Amino acid sequence: MNQWKNFTKGFFKENAVFVLLLGMCPTLGVTSSAINGLGMGLATTFVLVMSNLVISLIKNLIPEKVRIPAFIVVIATFVTIVEMLMQAFTPALYSSLGLFIPLIVVNCIVLGRAEAFASKNSVGSSIVDGLGMGLGFAMALTMLGSVRELLGSGKLFNFTIYPEDYGMLVFVLAPGAFIALGYMIAIIDKMKKA
Amino acid sequence: MATIESSLKNMLLTLLVITAIAGTSLGFVYKMTEAPIAAAKAKKQQEAIKMVVPPFTNNPADGVLEVTSPEGLPIRLFPAKKDGKLVGVAVETMSNKGFSGNISIMVGFKPDGTIVNYQVLDQKETPGLGTKMVTWFKTNKGNQSVLDKNPKKNNLTVSKDGGDVDAITAATISSRAFLDAVRIGYESFMKNKDKLEGGAQ
Repeated sequence: MNQWKNFTKGFFKENAVFVLLLGMCPTLGVTSSAINGLGMGLATTFVLVMSNLVISLIKNLIPEKVRIPAFIVVIATFVTIVEMLMQAFTPALYSSLGLFIPLIVVNCIVLGRAEAFASKNSVGSSIVDGLGMGLGFAMALTMLGSVRELLGSGKLFNFTIYPEDYGMLVFVLAPGAFIALGYMIAIIDKMKKA
Repeated sequence: MATIESSLKNMLLTLLVITAIAGTSLGFVYKMTEAPIAAAKAKKQQEAIKMVVPPFTNNPADGVLEVTSPEGLPIRLFPAKKDGKLVGVAVETMSNKGFSGNISIMVGFKPDGTIVNYQVLDQKETPGLGTKMVTWFKTNKGNQSVLDKNPKKNNLTVSKDGGDVDAITAATISSRAFLDAVRIGYESFMKNKDKLEGGAQ
């Protein structure tokens, strides 16, 4: 398989958020600012790459009937490692993402890639796939976070662009996440068809 | 894909090995991050104390006094002393009246009960509304600020309840909870003032 195609499919053609509509819970939950979206995206990328790597390594050692529990244990282990590392070295980011980090375990993207890709492909392809999918997810979350932060509080990555008083509060709240995501999906879809 | 047969023995063995490896690596990472996590927490606490009380020379965490408020909430009092004299007390106080979940704040009082400063430690209020409490009650605009006010002289409740403080726009519940935490902190401080003035230096 062409590795470059394998890598880039996560950004556009099979983007987890905009095209596959997977992992909506963290997508809508944490993207109230660009930096939160980026942090969540990178944490997920790490978990994706590591779990894809391990699962493609052990795919031939796992009996078919227990593969899902085995995958989940691997994924949960890496999520817990990320959680502890973030708590230790980036406490500020940890406190703002908080609850959503453990939820990476049940993020459908991670298990989806393990089941659909890593358990059928070589180690190298699986790492590339995890990296592409993860960075595509991170990109989507950062884009969504940027739009919401800019419209909602007049900032971008915490730099003030215009006074907060003119911000549309709704974009910081949950409905704004749905509105922004809806428009972005529409735009991506239009671009894909063009 | 699976080249190993799904027999009971194989399944048991595989899962056992995987969970054992997972457990071991988690234990390893836990050991590795245990110290930095504790250090990060202690640093956050130290910084919060430093921010809310006048300059001090002792280590307030040494003289910490843990009490329970009449509402049953755990309150921690950190005495800040300069050359053995009490210059302020940082109170880690909380309220369970928040819009969503508990609100935990660190409030600094002078020995006479005047509020020096505060820092919000933990809250899960609505982003863009209740979360404004982080700066709202420090901003010197209208009757927003609680700084330099004394709960003994000023009625520190929101103006809707007949008090002297302007609530956060569209977040009265969060504002009430914040002021409730300040009140609980103040009362715990006054009740234990004697203990804090004495005690370890």
